[in-house]
Amino acid sequence: MCLAVPGRIETITGTDPLERRGRVEFGGVRREVQLAFVPEAEAGDWVLVHVGFAIARIDEDEAERVLSALSAVEAAS
Amino acid sequence: MKFVDEYRDGELAERLTRRIARLQTRPWTIMEVCGGQTHAIVRFGLDRLLPDGIELVHGPGCPVCVTPIEVIDRALEIAARPDVVLCTFGDMARVPGTHSDLLTCKAEGADVRIVYSPLDAVGIAQAHPEREVVFLAVGFETTAPPTAHAVLQARRLSLSNFSLLVSHVLVPAAMEVILAAPDNRVQGFLAAGHVCAITGYEDYDAVARAHRVPIVVTGFEPVDVLEGVAMCVEQLESGRCEVDNQYRRIVRREGNRAAQAAVEEVFMVTERRWRGIGDLPESGLAVRPAFAQFDAEARFGPVVCSPEAETPCIAGEILRGRARPDACPAFGAECTPESPLGAPMVSSEGACAAYLRYRGSAA
Repeated sequence: MCLAVPGRIETITGTDPLERRGRVEFGGVRREVQLAFVPEAEAGDWVLVHVGFAIARIDEDEAERVLSALSAVEAAS
Repeated sequence: MKFVDEYRDGELAERLTRRIARLQTRPWTIMEVCGGQTHAIVRFGLDRLLPDGIELVHGPGCPVCVTPIEVIDRALEIAARPDVVLCTFGDMARVPGTHSDLLTCKAEGADVRIVYSPLDAVGIAQAHPEREVVFLAVGFETTAPPTAHAVLQARRLSLSNFSLLVSHVLVPAAMEVILAAPDNRVQGFLAAGHVCAITGYEDYDAVARAHRVPIVVTGFEPVDVLEGVAMCVEQLESGRCEVDNQYRRIVRREGNRAAQAAVEEVFMVTERRWRGIGDLPESGLAVRPAFAQFDAEARFGPVVCSPEAETPCIAGEILRGRARPDACPAFGAECTPESPLGAPMVSSEGACAAYLRYRGSAA
């Protein structure tokens, strides 16, 4: 039920907070997604999409940091 | 796919299970709250990768599973009206009410439509001003903001034919019930990552302190779940009980303020019945009086919950992590996804459906 899928914003339309939408690409499939809840997201950003709404902007730097820390620490131990 | 594939990396998963084995000195019981996590655990066999002493118990985090039968019965009543289009997420369509389910009701001629987003229901209302469009709004904190947004959109469009039958529930209330039970076995939690994407995790500090349990906000892919378990075991072994965040690429401490604002505007916190668990104070959402015109209960009459009927289904025990699906005598026999006795066998995130799908019949 809380299933959410990562996708990348290609274009954004609408400036009104209630109407802010974007075209989001999910591994080759494109859908219109509501961006009302991610006012900070810009074209090119990755977002997490649930029932047609982006609910979070994905922090790519943080993801990268965590993954490389996991690989490094575990490899060394 | 980026942000999925790298979290299904077998080598990384193996390293994490080795880390857990190194950390662990005695048995621990950890509950994953969310049905999405249960699904990942059973699908990828993550519980079988863990050292023997680490037991994962499956939590109540399946909104479809905890929606009271009276809400489903009311949805069926409303759907049977000739002027109504009843919109629902697909998961809810097969959940049994007292006498029927929405899919059967549709087959018998009712206009029941499965939608992907609450906004699809608003679109139907806009396209069919002569019909009453009712959206069956189930889901946890993750789904409530999109539902709230749909109401705000309907108000902006001045729609008078759109309403919500609300059964939104809130996760912390269920965690409290599990922890407060005298026979509670849960020593640590993996909190539901997508719920926390909305709410943040400031509210969990009090739960962690009061019940002395570590709570780790955790994602849904195998590497996420295993890292969440590792972080939880680390706390348990060192006697800490703090709120920690494994899902840092998604979840911020304060959560999603814009989404919270939409929920706050449209909904208020209320007591809700959880199917199989009971009436829990401050455990759900209801439409605020200011938005009563969008409240299906105001339009079609309130849902009244009566005591739950006797059933061979042990969903309540399963949802509280006190029994595993394969401990139920009806599992895979009397009760199957095609002919379910209880909702956990229906929803793709229900623990019973996950066990049957990935572990065959009674394991």
